[in-house]
Amino acid sequence: MLEILGITQRFGGLTALDDVSFIIGKGDITGVIGPNGAGKTTLFNIISGIYRQTSGRIVLDGRDVSGLPPERLARFGMVRTFQNIELFGQMTVLDNVKVGLHTKSRSGILACSFKMPWHLVEERRIAASARQWLEFCGISELADQSAGSLPFGKGRLLEIARALALEPTIIFMDEPAAGLNSRETLDLARLIRRIRASGISVVLVEHDMELVMDVCDRILVLNLGQKLAEGTPREIQENPAVVAAYLGEG
Amino acid sequence: MNRDLVKFVVLAVIAVVAPLALSGSYLMSVLVFVGIHAMLAIALNLLLGFAGQISLGHAGFFGLGAYASGILSATYGVNPWLAMVITALSVALLAFIVGFPVLKLKGHYLAMATLGLGIIFYIVFNEAVDLTGGPSGFSGIPPLKIGSFAFDGDIKNYGLIWAFTMGTVLLSLNLANSRIGRALCAIHDSEVAARVMGVNVRLLKVQIFALSAFISSIAGSLYAHTMGFVSPTSFGFNFSVELVTMVVVGGLGTVYGSLIGAAILTLLPELLRAFQDYDIVIYGLVLILMTMFMPGGLVRGIPALFARLLPTRRQEG
Repeated sequence: MLEILGITQRFGGLTALDDVSFIIGKGDITGVIGPNGAGKTTLFNIISGIYRQTSGRIVLDGRDVSGLPPERLARFGMVRTFQNIELFGQMTVLDNVKVGLHTKSRSGILACSFKMPWHLVEERRIAASARQWLEFCGISELADQSAGSLPFGKGRLLEIARALALEPTIIFMDEPAAGLNSRETLDLARLIRRIRASGISVVLVEHDMELVMDVCDRILVLNLGQKLAEGTPREIQENPAVVAAYLGEG
Repeated sequence: MNRDLVKFVVLAVIAVVAPLALSGSYLMSVLVFVGIHAMLAIALNLLLGFAGQISLGHAGFFGLGAYASGILSATYGVNPWLAMVITALSVALLAFIVGFPVLKLKGHYLAMATLGLGIIFYIVFNEAVDLTGGPSGFSGIPPLKIGSFAFDGDIKNYGLIWAFTMGTVLLSLNLANSRIGRALCAIHDSEVAARVMGVNVRLLKVQIFALSAFISSIAGSLYAHTMGFVSPTSFGFNFSVELVTMVVVGGLGTVYGSLIGAAILTLLPELLRAFQDYDIVIYGLVLILMTMFMPGGLVRGIPALFARLLPTRRQEG
């Protein structure tokens, strides 16, 4: 369970987030929606440790993780993907996923340089595990390709595979359907459900309403940096304030 | 990984056979320098090519290794092997401490900071006259010995240096193909994604900086003990730039590339001697052409060139 408690973020005179509180349940698929400039990406950047909030706390399973850098959050099982995909473009697809297993291995510079036996065992385990996650995301056949040469949709899947390799308790996806065609979006919905089925909570910022209403258990609606509403997809669709502020726009 | 092994064996055979053909010739002494430069280029490549962090001060670490090992053994009578190890560990520790503030910087700022670092060392080599002998240099450095067998003379130096060079190649290849090597490349490609994947970017950068300084220091000590004499001019800013050039010409992020880059940039000035003062012009031209047409370095550029030529030939036939 991830508790977001009274998060406020000011950039100079601008208040990007104003006292936003929300609880993300274990094993839930949670959607964060809102018009452009509502503060969704800011909220994501705070939760994932890239920004430091002006005030407010984030509590993961009873542990205060506010203000921890991303590399520490990774060890607590919090991981994210990026709207514009941040792959390691010069590495192979398989090696990208192997980096996701960084926290699952511990050989240091000396052990790696001298090929210590335990390091070789570890490398085999990393390789096997990385292949499993590629398979989970359905991109096994791309293992030896350069990540930089992948088409956008496959790159998105690779980014998710790499994040899953951390075996997170919660994964944050920043607009995972952006740039995908309708068929890829359907596959994505299926993948998101399978991720949840393996016990990982999923949080997505998304503009694709069809996808959000289809997969999410709960939805948080932000508008102008404030929480406008929260509830099940049905409640959100019937909420007049949401309809006025957001759905009515389209 | 197996292909790397084959390359390594081929290289080892060449390294062993070379002295048979060149024994006693002037080229032997040049090959000693190729080995030292290769160690330095590989050390810098770990930082520059893999982790993507520039250093324009590596000649300084090379110089520290040479001077400290030389002074410890010549002035204070410390066993040269021990002096080399103490020096390398101290230089690595220094790099580790200095690395924390310096490697926070990025791009041009990091280049400037490391440049400053190298210049500080250079000034110390020149000005600490009592210790270093100042601009006129420091002589009387004893050779490394095993029992009563001293590493002096070209052929023995060659064997010593290339044993260390091959060791550096092997260990660096191992490192490159490990979780650490992948984390370094990850930092190079996307620092934010590397952090999200749990890589402690700040610590790893500093660690690799220290490792790079360690190897450079060993190369410096080897240089001092084989030459018996060191002077500040060998460790100035020009040499730092030359090291960066070796890495770029050979190819960023490839261990063998650094070896090739070091070989070319060490042999080239010898071949260009006929041009006398104009050699620097040709040298500059090579650099410009490399960055324009083979930004991946020779190791990637040559195969790419063949790949482009071969299919067209097939079409013609």
